Amino acid sequence: MREPTTVSRPSLGGGWGVGRTLASAPKSTGSARATDGAGAAAREPRGAVVTDLERKRAAAPAPSEWTYAPAPESREIVSIAERYGLYVGGEFVEPRSGEHYATLDPSQEEPLAEIAQAGTEDVARAVDAARGAFDDGWSQVSPAERAKYLFRIARILQERSREFAVLESLNGGKPIRESRDVDLPLSAAHFFYYAGWADKLEYAFPNRRPRPIGVAGQIIPWNFPLLMLAWKIAPALAAGNTVVLKPAETTPLTALLFCDVVRQAELPAGVVNIVTGDGRTGADLVKHPGVDKIAFTGSTEVGKAIQRELAGTGKRLTLELGGKAANIIFDDAALDQAVEGIVNGIYFNQGHVCCAGSRLLVQESIYEPVVAKLKRRLSTLRVGDPLDKNTDVGAINSRQQLEKIQELVAAGEEEGAEIYQPPCRLPEKGYWFVPTVFTNVAQSYRIAQEEIFGPVLSVLTFRTPDEAVEKANNTPYGLSAGVWTEKGSRILWMAQRLRAGVVWANTYNRFDPASPFGGYKESGFGREGGRHGLEPYLEFER
Amino acid sequence: MSRLPVRKTYKLFVGGAFPRSESGRTYEAEGQNVARASRKDARDAVRAARAAQPKWAAMTAYNRGQVLYRIAEMMEARHAELADLCTGAAEVETAIDRFVWYAGWSDKLAQVLGSSNPVAGPYFDFTVPEPTGVVAILAPEPPLAGLVTRLAPVLVGGNCAVVVASEAHPLAAVELAEVLATSDVPGGVVNVLTGLRAELAPVLAAHMDVNAIDLSGADGDSAELERAAAGNVKRIVRGRADVQSPYEAASFLELKTVWHPIGT
Repeated sequence: MREPTTVSRPSLGGGWGVGRTLASAPKSTGSARATDGAGAAAREPRGAVVTDLERKRAAAPAPSEWTYAPAPESREIVSIAERYGLYVGGEFVEPRSGEHYATLDPSQEEPLAEIAQAGTEDVARAVDAARGAFDDGWSQVSPAERAKYLFRIARILQERSREFAVLESLNGGKPIRESRDVDLPLSAAHFFYYAGWADKLEYAFPNRRPRPIGVAGQIIPWNFPLLMLAWKIAPALAAGNTVVLKPAETTPLTALLFCDVVRQAELPAGVVNIVTGDGRTGADLVKHPGVDKIAFTGSTEVGKAIQRELAGTGKRLTLELGGKAANIIFDDAALDQAVEGIVNGIYFNQGHVCCAGSRLLVQESIYEPVVAKLKRRLSTLRVGDPLDKNTDVGAINSRQQLEKIQELVAAGEEEGAEIYQPPCRLPEKGYWFVPTVFTNVAQSYRIAQEEIFGPVLSVLTFRTPDEAVEKANNTPYGLSAGVWTEKGSRILWMAQRLRAGVVWANTYNRFDPASPFGGYKESGFGREGGRHGLEPYLEFER
Repeated sequence: MSRLPVRKTYKLFVGGAFPRSESGRTYEAEGQNVARASRKDARDAVRAARAAQPKWAAMTAYNRGQVLYRIAEMMEARHAELADLCTGAAEVETAIDRFVWYAGWSDKLAQVLGSSNPVAGPYFDFTVPEPTGVVAILAPEPPLAGLVTRLAPVLVGGNCAVVVASEAHPLAAVELAEVLATSDVPGGVVNVLTGLRAELAPVLAAHMDVNAIDLSGADGDSAELERAAAGNVKRIVRGRADVQSPYEAASFLELKTVWHPIGT
């Protein structure tokens, strides 16, 4: 590794932004001020402390449009090297391929660092290192000690969470509020959870004599770079395997920073190896005969290619692939909560979520109020600087992804759906897409069939629960679904019939290390999370 | 006066009925002319299985257990006939006991394989196993116990099956189909095809409405079948022909996790 350099962007000035979570309704402060600005300042809870700015506001006429001052998180805490090698056998090494590529800040379209493009030989070296570490000690480390390494990693992630969160938002474009409040706490929790399993495997699988598989090859996507790393590495190590992990091409930085956590935790060399690169690197990892198990999270298309590639090899495989989830709203649902759930379901992480609720199924009788509330709520979403703590929707991860979203949205308009996008000023540089709702969508439209993986919602309607189930299941995918109704028996009735691995009832996009996650049908097989998440990384005598 | 015995025509078992192959073809096995299922018969069998699956899965686990147990009762009654068509009485008894063993699992699988998940928030979160749907089985040898060892764990979880019988020894499978038809198994839950593996297996492996394929009985290299199975991300199962385990049933189950907030 070369000398680290800190890249900083110009400060946009101190802010007084109103912290707001995507999952909660807009605070009355914001909307009340927008309508009657004069009286609103007086109703501030911190009544005694009135700043000059607020005094000015109180005297000014009601603004026609409410704007927040910027509240950017400082990126000082992060230091990014100019160039990164591959993490193999406990150290960074130059790629033998000699190739590098630039990783970008998608909100600025500016390069952050040079990343190694691992070639076939580099992947082989990493697999050898993992095999060496497995044969040479890791599989003999006592389970209780293995647990302690994982506990250490969890603790270090907690300690360094701010640094990781900023880096995640810089490299991936997701709002800092999400990387800070979702990605990081969950990543640490995942290591903590599986740490506890490491020395309890025979209780998880009584009478089955579980033992590790060997070397796991793991390929992860760019939407939750560190969290997906945690989902892969934590159970693999807890079960006693060693790993070679390939981060996504566009978002390698937090995985590379994780190597420093591995070093701090004093994990034996070669237990965790990180090889960066594009799809070619992933293909090399899949093909390498020394890998005993492949775990892949990504698109259904690539998942199928991997399954084909592994045909006849006897290698173990788990796939967590795409989705086109239905979020189903019945007429007796608590509408305001449901609308928050819809918004969280599809606009969380710019819609770059495999389980995103991208098809909204609304019962006909409440179609109009739901769509009206949804449009109103959409206009309060703040799109912009991922590092700004007020931002709800950040940058699209890459130009390629932006083009895919644009193509599908154009197809939606062409096929006859009605598009709604709230008025929204987008930054001049970077990759952005305005949160979008399509109404008047037929089931056959591409926007109702294909995974868009962007902030685009398609609204369809239904009359009866049977029709809702039929429409929801009318997809080759089966990752997740949402149901909103106040009727308990109907929730369970729906949950039984929805062909999806995760059903969120009166909530959406909840994740927890104790909760198994994974798909039905073409959304893949195998589970991550919970006791079930250990199985893909174990062999059993019976 | 000697009586002329009535001979049996060996037919397919699809959707609860015994059709000949739509192609009209037969092939010779074990000294008999046996129906040689066509590609279309295979597709028809998948349709029958798909149609039967929701009801079979919706049956209470208790009832499904009763039905599986009933199969064992009916097999016991045909003990002698079955023994003539396989390696003998011991194999028949293995097969019967297999059904009895799995019958008892129907209302216990969810307790062993499911979980309630203590998430860090005010939610009730639980995971339950559910059938994957339609399963294609290439039955391994021996002709009766091999087939039953793979079939019973598929059925107990609520799946429907399309079974390709042993090509060389298909008669036991046909006899078993007659047992199934006279027990309480709803039509279409099990479909039995006799014919040429090379013809039928690729159709089932590539079929977009088959959720899982059990290759335990695939001869030799099955890479081509596995490649075809990737077309709709099928679950590929390679189990053993001689073991019984709830985890064999688990291979044909999906796990569904449900979240609900806890509040007043």
